[in-house]
Amino acid sequence: MKRLATLFAFALVLGLAVGGAQAKEWKTVRIGVEGAYPPFSWVDPDGTLKGFDIDIAFALCKKMGAKCTLVQQDWDGMIPALLARKFDAIIASMSITDKRKKKVAFTNPYYNTPAKFARRKGSGIEISKAGLKGKTVGVQRATTHDDFITGEFGDEVTIKRYATQDDAYLDAEAGRVDLLLADSVAMADGFLNTPAGKDWEFVGPGFNDPKYFGHGAGIAVRKQTNDLREMFNKALDGIVKDGTYARIMHKYFDFNIYVKPLG
Amino acid sequence: MDFEIILDSLPLYVHGLWMTVQLVGLALLFGICLAIPIALLHTVRNPLVWVFPWAYIYFFRGTPLLVQMFMIYHGAGQFRAPLEAWGLWPIFREAYWCAIIAFTLNTAAYTAEIIRGAIEQTPFGEIEAARAFGMSRLTMARRIVLPSAFRRALPAYGNEVIFMLHGSAVASVITLVDLLGAGRIVNSDYHAPFESYVTAGAFYLGCTFAIVAVFKQWEKRWHAYLRPRVEKPPARAPV
Amino acid sequence: MPDLYGYLPFILQGMKLTVEVAVLSLIVSVVLGMMGAAAKLSSVPLARLIAGVYTTIIRGVPDLVLMLLIFFGGQILLNDLGDALGWGYVDVSPFVAGTLTIGFILGAYMTETFRGAILAVSRGEIEAGFAFGMSARQVFFRITLPLMVRHALPGFGNNWLVLAKTTALVSVIGLQDMVFRAGQAGGATHKPFTFYFLVALLYLVITAVSDIALRWADRRSQAGVRRA
Repeated sequence: MKRLATLFAFALVLGLAVGGAQAKEWKTVRIGVEGAYPPFSWVDPDGTLKGFDIDIAFALCKKMGAKCTLVQQDWDGMIPALLARKFDAIIASMSITDKRKKKVAFTNPYYNTPAKFARRKGSGIEISKAGLKGKTVGVQRATTHDDFITGEFGDEVTIKRYATQDDAYLDAEAGRVDLLLADSVAMADGFLNTPAGKDWEFVGPGFNDPKYFGHGAGIAVRKQTNDLREMFNKALDGIVKDGTYARIMHKYFDFNIYVKPLG
Repeated sequence: MDFEIILDSLPLYVHGLWMTVQLVGLALLFGICLAIPIALLHTVRNPLVWVFPWAYIYFFRGTPLLVQMFMIYHGAGQFRAPLEAWGLWPIFREAYWCAIIAFTLNTAAYTAEIIRGAIEQTPFGEIEAARAFGMSRLTMARRIVLPSAFRRALPAYGNEVIFMLHGSAVASVITLVDLLGAGRIVNSDYHAPFESYVTAGAFYLGCTFAIVAVFKQWEKRWHAYLRPRVEKPPARAPV
Repeated sequence: MPDLYGYLPFILQGMKLTVEVAVLSLIVSVVLGMMGAAAKLSSVPLARLIAGVYTTIIRGVPDLVLMLLIFFGGQILLNDLGDALGWGYVDVSPFVAGTLTIGFILGAYMTETFRGAILAVSRGEIEAGFAFGMSARQVFFRITLPLMVRHALPGFGNNWLVLAKTTALVSVIGLQDMVFRAGQAGGATHKPFTFYFLVALLYLVITAVSDIALRWADRRSQAGVRRA
């Protein structure tokens, strides 16, 4: 019995030593991405992850001198997976909100774009309490758009929640929802400018209220890994300064999506 | 286990419970109505007649409910033009009706098999007697065959009701907020998979127990004639 | 018949994964089933209690709820356990979560099937084994087990068919089985019905093949048994 106890204690210490050693040097960083949110992240037919989020992730890692591995994770399980240490950072267009800050820590925002409604062309739906009454709105579950529509118009509309934004587009195309609410850029590239979304158009103003939408999209890390957070912030400043950010941004957008005007 | 999350979300779960009850209740109701004619048609000798119920039952029992539901929900989008032309689009547009249609078709197949099995076990003497009385097939079905078949089918049907309850959870995959749908919303909002799904599971467990209890009551009543006679033991004489 | 827009190999790859999950889950469920049946028939009340709770919960909670619980919650549980024992991060992939969940669920149904089958073995045979001086273990492996197979076959076959259809649920936790792939192909080509119908037919192939195999096994196991 005593032998067993010492063996167990030895294994515990060894395990803790191995486990603990990882935190100091960030030579490899595992990054959680979604892969279902064009143009920020999607999966090519041959299986490779592509998109703005992906490119930014690799650029930041290069700047930090670390090797990055991408881990695809569906949106619902994103934060639990980070906390469970499946990966070390989330680069998935995750908005910085107080609700999320309770569980994770964020870097400075790496882009900020407003949310917008989209409606079927010719439906004439107006964005107001009266105009939205009785309508069905499709949003991705557990996003800031979900919070906004629930908080602001929850009594007026029927909300349909989807596991991915792509699923919402599918139902929109099939005519199952009257409106979509999502990130304006994602919706433009992922739906409105594609053949599937040809019958849909933007309507109404852009929404940016920090109460629901936070302060832009940031990189989420576990609260304990503050050193990683600082490394990301420094790297972000670095790629903005040396033009890498601008280059990546212009690959996807011909307007500015960073939080400040780029020099 | 954070109970505050569960308490805060109880109204959502109750809303989900109501949705589950609606989906399962309507599916079972429509399913039985559909199953009886299918089962009866299946017992007809003529192959040209029974091949249709046979194929229907084979398809819906041999494929997963999830796939059947997807075929109707996502598939309706593919056939939007003809559906609109026939004025059916408003039905197929709603996830609610798509789910009910899928569940109904599915449970009807299983129920039809259960009823058919029970019909085939009708003691032949009763059929002979019915024919001797000159009853038509329909009258015989209505008065003799079906009533005793339902009685025989009771235990198997109880199982089917429970399977339908459990199967209904897939409705959450097409955006319906049933019990599991409520659980998924709570999970995404609070990042609490244990609390959210264990609560949903507990609700389903409760419903299952309720259904088992109800069927036990019914079996007690309608299978009373099957119970062995028990002689009451004589009262103990005082020492 | 449209040529399925070149997606047929894509879907068939998914079918391979579906079958893999099904077979692995079957193995897990058979192991759990034997353990559960042994527990339910054992003389230890605690074993009977645990097995009873196991079968009651599994038959009272939907498969999909258990799958989401094990997939999302299991990861956290495993991590807490790993922390306590000093392991690093242990990943719970959708494949592992799906296979374990389905195996776990069907294990409860197998428990009931095996329990009934073991009880159906006629006492006389078992007594004869003991009369020959066989140990309990020998009696179990040489007499009870072979004889119980015949009684277990119908229930086992049913459970297998249910298992094969339950594998469809792994698509919900993101595993790229044929249902998941049908969704992707259908979304890309705007012909979701075509692909889901195809997948339905593929499931029918699985059930039809299983049916033939089970009927053959049934006939073989009944060889030499006098029928009423």
